[in-house]
Formats: sequence, structure tokens, C-alpha cells
Amino acid sequence: MAHSGSLVEDLNTLESEGLKAVQSAETIEALEQVRIEFLGRKEGRVSGILRRVGEFSPAERPKMGATANRVKERLHAALKAQEVSLGQAVGRRSVSEDLTLPSRGRWVGGRHPVTQVIDDLVEIFRTLGFTLVRGTEAETEWYNFEALNTPLDHPAADEQDTLYLKAGHLLRSHTSPVQVRTLERYEPPIRILSPGMVYRRDSYDATHTPAFMQLEGLVVDEGISFVDLKATLGEFARRFWGSDTQVRFRPSFFPFTEPSAEVDVKRVFLNERGEESETDWIEIMGAGMVDPAVLDASGLDSERYTGFAFGMGPGRIGLLRYGIPDLRLFFENDVRFLGQFAGP
Amino acid sequence: MNVSYRWLQACTTEPIGSLEEIAERLATRGFPVEEARELSVGLDEVVVAQVQEVRPHPDADRLQICQVDGGAGLVQVVCGAPNVEEGGYYPFAPVGASLPGGIKIRKVKLRGQASEGMLCSERELGLGTDEEGLMVLEGASDPGQALVEALGLEDVRLDVEVTPNRPDLLSHLGVVREITAGGHAHLAVPDIPGSDPGVGETLDTIELVVNQREATGGGVTIRVEEEDLCFRYLGLRLSGVSVQPSPPWLQARLRAIGARPINNVVDATNYVLHEVGQPLHAFDLDLIQDRTVVIRCAREGESIRTLDRVGRKLSSRMLAICDIEKPIAVAGVIGGADSEVSDKTTEILLECALFKPASIRSTRQALGLSTDASYRFERGVDPEGMRGAIERAAELILATAGGGTFGPLLDVCSRPFSRERIPLHLERVEKVLGVPFKAEAVRALLEPLGLLVEDAGTDLSVEVPGFRSYDVIREVDLIEEVARTHGYDAFPDTLGPFRPGSVPDHPLFRLEEAVRGELVTSGLLEVQIPAFASHRDGEVEILNPVSAEEAFLRSRLLPGLKACLEYNLRRGNRDVLLFELGTIFRRGERGGLPHEETHVAAILHGKREPAHWSGLAARLDLWDLKSLLERLVDVVSEGGWVVRAALGKDEEWGALDSEAAFRVVDAEGLVRGAGGKLRVEEMDLPLWALEVWALELVLPEEPNPQVAQVFQSLPVYQAIDRDLALLVPGDRPAEEVISLIRKWGGADLREVQVFDVYHGDELPQGVRSVAVRLRFRAPDRTLQDQEVEEAMRAVTRALEEELSVGYRKKKD
Repeated sequence: MAHSGSLVEDLNTLESEGLKAVQSAETIEALEQVRIEFLGRKEGRVSGILRRVGEFSPAERPKMGATANRVKERLHAALKAQEVSLGQAVGRRSVSEDLTLPSRGRWVGGRHPVTQVIDDLVEIFRTLGFTLVRGTEAETEWYNFEALNTPLDHPAADEQDTLYLKAGHLLRSHTSPVQVRTLERYEPPIRILSPGMVYRRDSYDATHTPAFMQLEGLVVDEGISFVDLKATLGEFARRFWGSDTQVRFRPSFFPFTEPSAEVDVKRVFLNERGEESETDWIEIMGAGMVDPAVLDASGLDSERYTGFAFGMGPGRIGLLRYGIPDLRLFFENDVRFLGQFAGP
Repeated sequence: MNVSYRWLQACTTEPIGSLEEIAERLATRGFPVEEARELSVGLDEVVVAQVQEVRPHPDADRLQICQVDGGAGLVQVVCGAPNVEEGGYYPFAPVGASLPGGIKIRKVKLRGQASEGMLCSERELGLGTDEEGLMVLEGASDPGQALVEALGLEDVRLDVEVTPNRPDLLSHLGVVREITAGGHAHLAVPDIPGSDPGVGETLDTIELVVNQREATGGGVTIRVEEEDLCFRYLGLRLSGVSVQPSPPWLQARLRAIGARPINNVVDATNYVLHEVGQPLHAFDLDLIQDRTVVIRCAREGESIRTLDRVGRKLSSRMLAICDIEKPIAVAGVIGGADSEVSDKTTEILLECALFKPASIRSTRQALGLSTDASYRFERGVDPEGMRGAIERAAELILATAGGGTFGPLLDVCSRPFSRERIPLHLERVEKVLGVPFKAEAVRALLEPLGLLVEDAGTDLSVEVPGFRSYDVIREVDLIEEVARTHGYDAFPDTLGPFRPGSVPDHPLFRLEEAVRGELVTSGLLEVQIPAFASHRDGEVEILNPVSAEEAFLRSRLLPGLKACLEYNLRRGNRDVLLFELGTIFRRGERGGLPHEETHVAAILHGKREPAHWSGLAARLDLWDLKSLLERLVDVVSEGGWVVRAALGKDEEWGALDSEAAFRVVDAEGLVRGAGGKLRVEEMDLPLWALEVWALELVLPEEPNPQVAQVFQSLPVYQAIDRDLALLVPGDRPAEEVISLIRKWGGADLREVQVFDVYHGDELPQGVRSVAVRLRFRAPDRTLQDQEVEEAMRAVTRALEEELSVGYRKKKD
């Protein structure tokens, strides 16, 4: 009986020869020749060796079988790999292996664009020491008007056309009632933000909706002045719109702040020719020093404490930021619109 | 508010600056110019024309054929205006002309009749809003004259946004006073063309009858019965006037601000209103019974026909100007038609009054009628400007309508005005504004506004003139004026140190963010929907809704999401996965505010994933919905919330299909949410629509603060798995089976996983096979086979005895 050692050796030699031949095959046709030479069922060299298995003792056969199988597998794998790389080189591939096909997709969810604006605004104010509070959307006349230094018999109460509920209740026309409710409950230092929905008796058009998000801010402490108002809101504006943004404060009137201001920004942007260009002045928020009457109405000592407040419309800011022409798109909720802002 | 550039210029002896300068100065003071419109724009080709002849159109009832003299021979014009008259003068756009609206005039045939040109209304010329008929050119006489010249339209109309705290700016003089620096010496009311210089003196030296309640003179009696609502009432009789159209300059002034000239008397009062801001009224004295004017509240049931020809019921809360019998005007709002000045009028009573602002406001609100007069009265009229205003109007009337004063100036005044002095502490100025101001600087800033500063070291005292007496009342009002005139841009804006806020974050924000994160990761898009609903979907009513469809506040989010889905499917969007986080409203306690909750809701329609070449994407199904619901419950639950299969119909949580519905139940057994398949029959969906899956969940009002995560050691010992193919009777919920397995599996049973459910013919009737894998592992040692076998025996025995659940065979 022949000794199995030589046969195993033969197989190993065959393997290294085969692998070399595979490597050097440069066409699919040549590769096919290599396959026939080594793995062909009748004439193949591996088969040739295996035909001699009968010459060995049953105890030795499994070892040889295992070696032969290993060699076959390796050669198969090498052939396959070479086929793939050759195929890729000439662009001829079986369908199942065309890696240029599109991958499997999945639905991409996303926050509403107005939510995204709020998140970004909040993030900036957080670094300036602000915390987040909530208020109810249904309110009393006291919190929506009177405690905010807006007597109901004064025309200032008409500035926002209010939606009324029963029992003298109303839908808040701004987030400012949160100011009073916070001042009643907490001691300064107060630095709060309050995002939320507000309501006005408006019809839908490109720049008005009867409900919209507002973001209220309030700072009350000892030693807060108009300079702090300008500094804080200027800092915010430059962080949100870009460091070379110009910020302008114009006098205005809100019953619950005095002095009051409108805040405008002028941004620098790259135009279609890639040049730096400036926007017009864009109104982004109303602000002012908290009127002492508001502090008094909340039970705070207006001689000791001063503060400032501000309010802005994340929806309006969203229009400017994304170049959206019409506020109604925010409420239509077409998935082709929302999808443009999707992503985690 | 509209002002005329030329009129502004006429109110000062100094140059007022260019349009741009005025707009800039107004804006930096807080009163932006919304629009500046050159009145002559687009009117170059429009001329004055006289209509020579009017005859009916043979084939159209409403049209007339006019022969028009536009200065270039007679042309035929077909005209539909009801007020065209033979001999009348109207604006005329000849063939070839263009109008401000972009209309190009062509030669046309109207019902077979040639029409060469167009006679125009105010609206068509962009001069006003009146489109009822042609614009009548009173006093015109020169066909062919350019309209711009005839109407004095070489002017610019500025629309200035005046904030409600500044009634003193609601006039030309007021605007000039605000924007010109350097005191008031240069302010001047313009000269009146044709005025007799003697008239001014006569008026200045006119006899005065002053009284608290009642004054009589010149045959006229004025009695104020409501001193709390009418602080002062001036009356002046003018006699022998001749009412006719105003002279062109006066008409031009009024047109420039968009007001319509009526006659020289009415125009004079209107002119003064816009010049100095004081509303005035002129009565035909002969139509006032007994020539007695009584200022009292209307009696219940009294009514009046007002100047706009509307009959109005008055209430006892409305102040009225009456004769001895009946109301002749609604105080501060509008005059009565029955005492109106007409071309027959010769005797006039001029009224100049000061009413309580809140009273005028409530009256005009109740009547639903806002006028130039009520707009100013409810904001506050200068109590020091009344005498000047009535004299000014008298001077104008005498200059344009002739006649003279008759009798004394009657002045019934229960509350004489006296100026307030407000203390101003420089220390407080610095505290609020953050920058120190010296007394001299404050004086220099305030005095040009007419605020008179008296220096007393660091404490100043400021005297406030009447025209600022409504908004400058407190120290802080003065501080605002300092900041405003100093210029906001002049303040520094360096960020100083600050103390972080002490108010804790509301925990719901964090929870909302976690909910959003879960849903966004699951591929859903967030929507925002206004909280309005119809009566079907809400219980809190809005008293003054915009429409019936928006007359309530929603008590659920899902109806809004359904509408959103319908909208998207209608637009051909097939895969629609949406969610909303929002507020819902329910009736509150008696008299209390409505109850509000924050909810999250989601709606799913379409495929589980985008189409891919490797195979057909599966539809979203019940298990996707249940998974989403369970994950949300995980995020939201305060502990103990579970998702249960709902039995029977669940109308309360929306139209869920009873075959496929879940409820979320909290530890107390309260339902906190629901989910399942929507009954699509109730929706407006296209034919190709698939199943619709939806859920809605309450977020806890005050979520628990986050519980700190505690680390669990990783398992070190091998787990042993055992599979069971259970034969479960059809009506036995899998949930019961699993919880029983957990109960009897012992402390080392870690997981129970359902890996197959099978219905087949070889199974007994009404029985399904549920294959479960049980994983056992001990924390401290390798489990022995027999320990696991013991646990398995306990499990299978309990299943059989308690739930009649058998098993097919043991798998490895």
C-alpha cells in the first residue's frame, strides 16, 4: 500500500500551482482553462489525484479526503475572486453581484422645520444661561393683557385680534403670559425661554396663519439694563445668523416693555456668483425692558429688579432661513415639503 | 396713517428734508413708513373732461353713451357709472393712455357702440377706494387740463405706522413735531389762502363763556350731563355761511391723504383733524331743536341715523350728543344725518370736545364702527390744543364759506387740564439704560420733544405738555424718551457677566424630545397642525371663530392627522408616515380654564420601506404599528403603562377597527392611549389607498425626572435554551400564555421569545401552534440540565392545567 504522505504532499503542491495559475489568468477565458485544468471533473488534476485514494488504507482515507476538499475549496474561492475582479475590470458582471446597483433604502423621518428652528434658537440661548418653561395655550384676560400692562379698554389690546373662549377666557395671542406666571412663581435670577403655539383671529395668507409658534424670552435680575438686552440679543443674532451679521435696534411699542425695540438683522451671504452680498434689514423680533408695571403685577419689587423680554416667530425665521415663500406650507404638511428637512 | 409730504413741509418754517430723510428719521424714532406713493404716478395722460351729453345705450340697460369733451374735440364714450351727468366734470383717460393699475385704454365697441376713452373712478386712478361711481371733479372748469394739475397731485402720500401709545402723532403737525429737532419755535400752521387777516384777531379776542356744566350765548345752550365721560366741550356758532365745494388747494390736501372732499364746512373740520389731530364736528344749527346741545348717555331704545345713512340703536352706555329731544351725534364717533351740514345750511355750530377715551372705545366697539374721530379719541386727544383747533376750523370756514362768528365761544369744562410734573432720577436712568446720563444731556434729549426739564441736581422734574399726557405718566416713560432720542444704536452692546437662570427646565420638553427622537428614527415626519377643529372633534368652543370648521379646539390629534393623510394621498404621495406633538383641549372645571394635555399621535400608510429591486417591499402592518406604540410607551411611560389588545369597539379613541386595536393602560387601569387600524370607510381616500395605521398617546403632565441608569453585570455563565411548540386554543391570548410561562419558569428564566405561529389542517380544530423559546441562565453558576427540565415541567404542567395549553413536541 502506498503511503499517504506523498499524496497529501502532491495535493499541497497542486494547490499552490493552482493558486498561481488563477492569479496569472488575465481573461475570463484563461480563467476557465485554469478551472478545467485543475478542477475539471474528468481531466482535472485534483480529480486525478483523488482517483488514487483507493490505493490507501481506510484509516488514511479521511485525512486525504479532507485535504483534497480543502484544496478544492481554496481553488474554487480563488477562481471566484479572480472572476469577480476580472468581471469588474471589463464591466461584465452577473446581476446579483453588480455592486453599483442602488442599496436598500429606508424611510427617513424628520423634525418639522419650525421645530428645527426652535431647537437651534434654544441651543444658543442655553449657552447664555436660559432654561425652558411652558405655559398653557388657553389663558385668562388677566395674564394675556392686564398683568402685561395692557388695559382692555386701551387700543393696544386690539393690536392682536384675539380668539375668545367662554367665561372670559381666550387663546393666548402671544407667549408673554408665561412671563407673568414665571415671575409669580420664581425668584430672580430668571432667564427663561418659552416656545409655544399662539393664536390670532387671522385668515390664512402667505404671511399670516391663525396659529403659529412663538418663542418668548425673559431675563429678570438685579442690575439688568438696556445694554444687557442689546448685548444678549446681539450675541444671539450673530451666533444664529453668522458672526458678520449686523444687528439694529429700533424703537417700538409693546405695552409690557419700556423702552421697547424691534430688532433687525442684515446678513452677509454668498450670491449666485459666489460673491459676498448683504441682505436688506430683516425684522426678527420684538424686545424691550420689562415694564415695572409687569413686575409689580407679578408681586416683584420693581425698584430692585429690572429685566428684559423678547419674542420672535420661529416660523417667520424659518421662511428667511430656508427661503420658503409662504407660511402656509408649514401647515399643509405635504411629505414632499417635510421630506426636504428630514434627517435625524 | 396717511400724511402728505407737501402738507408736512407746510407745517414748519424750516426745511424738512428729503423723503428719504423723513422716512429714516421716522423709522429710527419707531414709526416706520410702510409705503411712500407718488400720487401723480401713472396719471400723466389723464385729463379733466366735461360730459356734454348723456343718452341711454340702445342695447344695454346699465350703460350710457356720453359725448365727452376732453379738450381735443368731442368723443363718444360708453359709460356704466350711475352718477354720470350732463355738464359734469370727471377724470378722463383718452385712447392710448395707461392707468396706474396697468390698464391700457383702447378704442372698443361696447354692445355695438364705439367707446373712445374712459371716464374714471377714484379707485381706477389709484386715488381712493371709492368705486361706486365716477370721481366728480367739483370746481373744475377747464376740459383738457391735466388731472395732476387740476387736483394738485404733485405730492407724495406716506403711510406711517403709528403705535397705539402715540396719538399725538396722528396729525401732520404731530409728525413734524416729532421729527424736527431743536424745539418747537419753527412749528407753524400753514397760512390759509384767502383768509382775512382780521379773522385771527377776532377769534383770539372772542368773548368766552366758561362754565362747569352749562353755558349759553349767541342763542345756543350747551349742557354737559356726563362730566365723567365728557371733560370739556367747546361750541362756537358761525352765521351766514355759504356751503359749497372747497377751493382746489383744500381738496388737494384732503385727496393727498386719501380723504374725499365733501363741502367747505365738512372739509374744514376734516382738514383740522389731520392738521393738528383734533376731531371736530359741524352741526347745522337750525336742525338742532331749541338750539340746545345736551351731552348725555343715550336712553335705552333711542336710535340715530348716522352720516353713513345707517340707522343705529344706541344703548345707555353710549355717550350721545343730543338736542333737547333726541341724539344728533354719537359722541366722538360719528355725526347724525339729521343735523348734517348741507348746501342749504347757513347757521353752524362747531363742536370741539374732549371725551373719556375708554368710553369712545367701548361705543365704537359696540357699534362696530371706527372713524378718524373715534380712532383719535380712544387714543387720546391733546387737551391743550382744543381752543386752537376750533379757532383754526372757524378761520378756515370763514375763509372758504364766508359768514362770521355769532356770539361767544362756549366752553363747558368740568376738568380743566393741568400739566403733570414727573420726577426723573438720573440714578434710575442709568439703572434701566445701563449708561450714565448727565442732567444737561437729559435736558438736551427731552426738550426738543416738548418735555420741559427742571434741573434739581441728580433729580430732575419734567413737565409734560398735553399732547404727551397720555403716554408720559411715569418715570420709566421719560427714560424711554431718553433712550429713543439718544438713539438705540448709540448704546454699547458688550456682553457682561450674568447669573444663570434659577427656574428649572420643564421636564416635558425633554420627554417631547425623546418622543420626537424615537419617531424620527422610525422614519416618521413631524407635522404641525393648528388646534382648530369642527364641533365633531372638539368640545371647547371658540366664541369668535373665523369659520365653522374652526369653531372648536381639538380634543384629539388624530382627526388632524387623518386630514393630513387625506391631503397627501390626494396629491399622490403614497407612503405617508407622519406624527404630531401638540396640545389638546377639554372642558375645564366650571368657570376654570380648559384642561390641556400634550399628546403624540402618528399615522402610517404605505410600504414598510422604499421600493427596492431585490424584492417587493411589504406593506406596513399591524406589527409595525404595535412596535411603534410599544416603543413610545417605553419612552413615555411613568412605569406600569402597558399595551393591551382592545376588546370591542373603541369609539373614544377614534375610529379604530375593533379587529385590530390596542389600548395603552396605566398602572391604575386608566386608558392613556390607543392604536390600531383606522376604519377607512369614514375617510376620504383614493381607491388605491392601503390600510391606515394610527396611534395617539397622552404625555404625562409632569413627567418623572429621569431615573439614573444602573449598570448590570454581564452574564458570565452559559445560557440554556428550550423550545416549546404550544397548542393554544384560539381564544387564548398569547399574552396570557407568556405571562404564565414567566410565572412558572423560575428565577433563572431570562427570556421568553415567540418565534413561530402556525395554523394548519393537521392541528385540532380551533387550535394554533405557538412556538416559544425559553432561555435560562443563572447569574452565579452554569445551570444543570435537570434544573432546567424541572422548570420546564412546572411550566408545561401549569400551561395544561391553568390554560388548557398542550404542546406538540420538544425541540432542541
